Amino acid sequence: MHRESSTPNARATTRRTFLGGLTAAASEGLWPVRASAQAAAGPGPLTRAIPSSGESLPLVGLGTWITFNVGDDAVARDACGDVMRAFFAAGGRMIDSSPMYGSSQAVVGQGLSRTSSTARVFAADKVWVAAGARGPAQIEASRRLWNVPRFDLLQVHNLLGWQEHLATLLAMKAAGRLRYVGITTSEGRRHREIEQIMAAQPIDFVQVSYNVLDRDVEQRILPLARERGIAVIANRPFRQGDLIRQLQRHRLPAWAGEVDCDSWAQVALKFIVSHPAVTCAIPATTRVDHVRQNMGAARGRMPDAVMRQRITAHVAAL
Amino acid sequence: MSDWWTYRPSDFLLFSARTYYRLFEIHNAALWPAQAAAIGLSAVLLWLAWHGGRGAARGALTIVAAGWLCSAGPYFWVRYATINWAAVWFAAAFALEGALLLSLASSRACPALQAHAPTRRPGARRAVGAALVLAGVAYPVATPLLGRPWTQAEVFGLAPDPTAIGTLGVLLLLEGGRERRLPGWLRAAWLGALWTVPVAWCLITGMTLWTLHATEALVAPAAAALALLATRLRHPPTA
Repeated sequence: MHRESSTPNARATTRRTFLGGLTAAASEGLWPVRASAQAAAGPGPLTRAIPSSGESLPLVGLGTWITFNVGDDAVARDACGDVMRAFFAAGGRMIDSSPMYGSSQAVVGQGLSRTSSTARVFAADKVWVAAGARGPAQIEASRRLWNVPRFDLLQVHNLLGWQEHLATLLAMKAAGRLRYVGITTSEGRRHREIEQIMAAQPIDFVQVSYNVLDRDVEQRILPLARERGIAVIANRPFRQGDLIRQLQRHRLPAWAGEVDCDSWAQVALKFIVSHPAVTCAIPATTRVDHVRQNMGAARGRMPDAVMRQRITAHVAAL
Repeated sequence: MSDWWTYRPSDFLLFSARTYYRLFEIHNAALWPAQAAAIGLSAVLLWLAWHGGRGAARGALTIVAAGWLCSAGPYFWVRYATINWAAVWFAAAFALEGALLLSLASSRACPALQAHAPTRRPGARRAVGAALVLAGVAYPVATPLLGRPWTQAEVFGLAPDPTAIGTLGVLLLLEGGRERRLPGWLRAAWLGALWTVPVAWCLITGMTLWTLHATEALVAPAAAALALLATRLRHPPTA
């Protein structure tokens, strides 16, 4: 199935028109501002539209890798529930998990029940099993752990068995049992294959690693996502915490205030979500104060092209 | 996974250090007061290691086998599996090692345990073996030194790392004995399997702790390396 056959307006954007618009906007120093202007301002967090549907998502979501894998530890599960409560209170919606993440799915499900947020959550999960025939059973097991009627987004985790799983997910979407389909990778792996799938398959989302130091996706994948009308989820925004630990050894520069950041985490996140191709970033945390801080990155002024360059230059020099 | 060479150990990390150590806290609370029995058996193991002989070997092998089986079930299968999907494989490997140790303990080919009595000439292999047994048994003492509460102590016989280290010590203390009567391939397979699991676990746990930035990350791999080096040494002849 070719992308255009099932895609409305956003997917009609050609590479030429996109690049042309980008160049014009950049020459006016406006393109990141345009990106944030597309977001809906208001009391909640800034949002950006999913290109294939127009549905808006907050720029900051919640990842669960490592942080929500706490097993049967009741104390830690309560702490994760508190993080989810704070996340939703700050206007968050997308939570992303995977069967690979140990007990994370069950912890999310418990948190959703405790916070009565099943209706509010944008449930993003993955299928992660080599055999395509085992995909549906895994998806159903994941859904039960989440305790949601259906997933909003299912992604093929790290392209494992992607041909068979993608067929399954697209069939689920066609049958109304799934809203969006995506693929994921991390740490810059298999980008060439990701590009080929993005170019040939009618996917709604692609999830890649992107942060102020890992910017390989800026070359081809992010422009291709814009061209093809594919939403982008940025994982590993803090390099598993290493980036923030590194940055926190240094004083927050005064210019951070120009984009309404009062922490390095917000600078790092605003750098990511100010890219016009990025739909949302999914930082993970076990702390309520950190999730509030992260959600703060979806508010206020966003970096423009000049500020983005300033951020990258400053961080590279540290 | 055609791009396997691009993966680092941290890519396979599934949990935080806090979650990992909390697991021992929950494990200890669930098993209490089994720790008292484990410490008692540890004392018996030390005495057997000192005393030596074939009976001591049977006793020591049975004690460490019980430790492997306890690690396989209550720890890996019940606890660790809640945060690591690979735990079922670890449980199987630990159960296999326990079974192998029990089979050796009950076998007519069971070798004797090299005594550590002062009447014997000291030997490097014996010293390393005894040191590793002691290190496994004393492992929980390091808990407060590493800045963790006693409730998170990893007890020999109930937790995998001290059990593996202590077992390597016991294996080193075993003398060449009646197992020499076995066909070469069977002896090699038997002894090879006995050594493989604890050495492999020492490397796996070292890698896990390394990715967690744990201070003790090198302890188990160093113990395995020391044990493997010591296997090159012969026991001194008995008096």
